[in-house]
Amino acid sequence: MTDSKIKIESLYKIFGPKPKAVLPLVLEGISKQDLLENHGHVLGLKDINIDIPSREISVIMGLSGSGKSTLIRHINRLIEPTDGRILVDGEDVLGMDKAALQNFRRHKASMVFQKFGLLVHRTVAENVAYGLTIQSVPVEEARERCQKWINRVGLSGFEGHYPSQLSGGMQQRVGLARALATDAEILLMDEAFSALDPLIRNDMQGILLELQEELHKTIVFITHDLDEALRIGDRIAILRDGAVIQQGKPQEIVMRPADDYIFDFIKDINRGRVIEVKTIMTAGEKVKGPDLNHNVLLEEALQIVSDSETREGNVVSDEGEVIGSINLAKIVQALSRPNVEVGEETRYR
Amino acid sequence: MDFDQFPSMGREDLRDFKKGIDSGFRDFSREFGEAIELFFEPLLWFLVWLEQLLQATPWPIIIIVVGALAWLGSRSIKIVVGSVLSFFAIGYFGMWEDTMSTLAIISISTLVCISLGIPTGIMMARSDRAQKIVTPILDIMQTIPAFVYLIPVVMLLGIGKVPGLIAVCIYAMPPVVRLTNLGIRLVEKEALEAADAFGASSTQRLFGVQIPLALPNIFAGVNQTIMMALSMVVIASMIGVAGLGVPVLRSISNQYLALGLMNGLAIVVLAIIFDRVSQEYGARLQKHRQGTQHD
Repeated sequence: MTDSKIKIESLYKIFGPKPKAVLPLVLEGISKQDLLENHGHVLGLKDINIDIPSREISVIMGLSGSGKSTLIRHINRLIEPTDGRILVDGEDVLGMDKAALQNFRRHKASMVFQKFGLLVHRTVAENVAYGLTIQSVPVEEARERCQKWINRVGLSGFEGHYPSQLSGGMQQRVGLARALATDAEILLMDEAFSALDPLIRNDMQGILLELQEELHKTIVFITHDLDEALRIGDRIAILRDGAVIQQGKPQEIVMRPADDYIFDFIKDINRGRVIEVKTIMTAGEKVKGPDLNHNVLLEEALQIVSDSETREGNVVSDEGEVIGSINLAKIVQALSRPNVEVGEETRYR
Repeated sequence: MDFDQFPSMGREDLRDFKKGIDSGFRDFSREFGEAIELFFEPLLWFLVWLEQLLQATPWPIIIIVVGALAWLGSRSIKIVVGSVLSFFAIGYFGMWEDTMSTLAIISISTLVCISLGIPTGIMMARSDRAQKIVTPILDIMQTIPAFVYLIPVVMLLGIGKVPGLIAVCIYAMPPVVRLTNLGIRLVEKEALEAADAFGASSTQRLFGVQIPLALPNIFAGVNQTIMMALSMVVIASMIGVAGLGVPVLRSISNQYLALGLMNGLAIVVLAIIFDRVSQEYGARLQKHRQGTQHD
């Protein structure tokens, strides 16, 4: 947790003819609307500070227009910021010259795109090898290294096909394999699964989680879909109007939304898949009933506890020590009538 | 004020004005004509060499080559048979030599147009300023009557093959330039962004992504350029280019209907062969675009 791979510090992006000139106004806190109407500039990102931990999936969530796609493009500098710093492994990306940046993009961070960004004149195998071709890796070696990833994402047998012959889900597998093939430590995923239909999206999320368990890459994942964010994110940052309004673990966001905006988001999600038993347990005495690890999700706990005779269970730590208890009534309450603290006050649905 | 007559420049002034330009250009051509002629020498040499080669080669070999090229380009028996039969007809009606001359000048001018036009198109696609400068020049090249630019060309280089070639190229080059520019500009933003994100250099971007994806459009441009070059054959023959245009010109001044028609149709036949073969080739190039077999 403490070692952050990517550190974004007070990042600003202003779109318009003279961004630098209006930056002081933005730093003074001019409103987005005022800036647009009186100065003709659009505020893209405002004072973004995010630490992205190494070897985890960090999700940046926001609706369209929130600046999330702009933000991810700053990390590999497809977009130049107006002000701020971006440190990757302590090195300032913004200070890199052309060659260093090219090197960074080739070896350190690869990217998966919403609309796939495949090269239609190249076959699946050639697309997957694209990153290696750019690095001038010998053809034979590139083919070997890519075959592994082609197999890994389930595209064996399609090496000679062209992208237009594949379905959307399969095209994005090509995109994913292409990004993995460069062995970059950082994987930037810009709404990678948003263009896919729900079942395929679910599949792809599964593939990503499975790969991550083995590869432990630092993944920055952009999405507008909260369910997706909660499913795959180790950490979530929520972006609105170009500013981060809350960041934390999925549970923290579900249990303690920072404001009404986020509350609106989370009120319809399946809480059983996010909240862990330790969050709602009563600390103290051991009760009669099955043991549950403290990280078990309510959905699973509900099953176990309702199957037990006493309708109760013990919450145990990773070391097997009992740290609290939980009963059926508590689980049901947490699932159905959440007491959610919005900012300071507690709110009932 | 009298509005019946436009207040034009006085007759004398106008005459001096034109005279000034004319003598200025004449001086220029006296000064540099020879140097310019020397500059085009290799082109002339190449053109003469190709023409002689085509005329000296036994006709069966030419027909076999035509058939083979048609097959390589189109992979269609129909087009191959059509091309071969057309060449037999051309030979049978006594137009073989003129056709060879025309083929030579068309080939060379197409080569010149491509080798100048594609780089120009690429330059236009990469810089908006270049596009702003080149577009009006292309407009002029396409719309100014051929006879008008023939005057300075002939003044500079006299009558002959090279001025003819230049005239053909001025008229035929714009499509390949325009379509190269358009094709590169139409390449999807996503593909370019992906290339950037993987750290492609601008050369890798150009040759690995932009040109291959623009190829169908570039090819349409080449096809148009060939067609327009063919349509210039008659005008080129006015300034001394041998080929099918010469008999057409003769038949205009002498009212030989049959002669004009035959040679005109020979030009049409060449155009159709070029067009079909290159169209089919272009279509094959972009086969990957259509989702033919969706597994």
